[in-house]
Amino acid sequence: MIEIIVSLFLLVGASFMMLAAIGILRLPDLPTRMHASTKAAAMGAMFIMGAVAFYFADSVVFARAFAIVVFILITSPIAAHVIGRAGYFTGTPLWEGTVKDELRENYDPETHTLLSGYEGSPESVTPPPVTDEPEQR
Amino acid sequence: MIPYAINIVYFMLSIALLFAFIRLTRGPSLPDRVVALELIASIVVGYVGVHAIDTGVSSLLDVAIVIALTAFLAAIGFARFLERGGRKND
Repeated sequence: MIEIIVSLFLLVGASFMMLAAIGILRLPDLPTRMHASTKAAAMGAMFIMGAVAFYFADSVVFARAFAIVVFILITSPIAAHVIGRAGYFTGTPLWEGTVKDELRENYDPETHTLLSGYEGSPESVTPPPVTDEPEQR
Repeated sequence: MIPYAINIVYFMLSIALLFAFIRLTRGPSLPDRVVALELIASIVVGYVGVHAIDTGVSSLLDVAIVIALTAFLAAIGFARFLERGGRKND
């Protein structure tokens, strides 16, 4: 029984990792590649660590595997966010079939200010942006 | 049953490593290469876990922890380097 669980977890984890690798090879631009690689690779590593915990069936090994899973769960989104942010700021070209890029009209890459797109509307509480002051240019 | 599964998993992880390496060498920009490096580190963590099952040495999990930690720090460092002005289109 435990053999079946371990084998299944190993195969599922390796499948997720191979899916991530295929995605990073085939998808067209940086955000879609990150979309493929970060989540699926973290899932695969978590499944393999689950297989390790089931195989050894020891409390110390279980705690260590659990620590690895928690560490991956904490660090993987942070690393993906930071790399995606750096890639967008350095002007990595998006795929030509990209439908929506909401940051492009609301974000100022010089001053790093982000507008909500609703400045000056009746529902807004923030004043409309002042564009005539010389320090804004 | 476990040895067969371990052989298949080694094969699949090797193919994943090969694909990530192709993206690492071909990647048109530096962030693509950083993403590929992060994926390679994740695959190596999985590899170490499978090897721990294969050999029965549970101390190999410490290696997995250290690899995950260094991969995270490398990703943060590369991102800082990119934002503070590295080479843009390499």
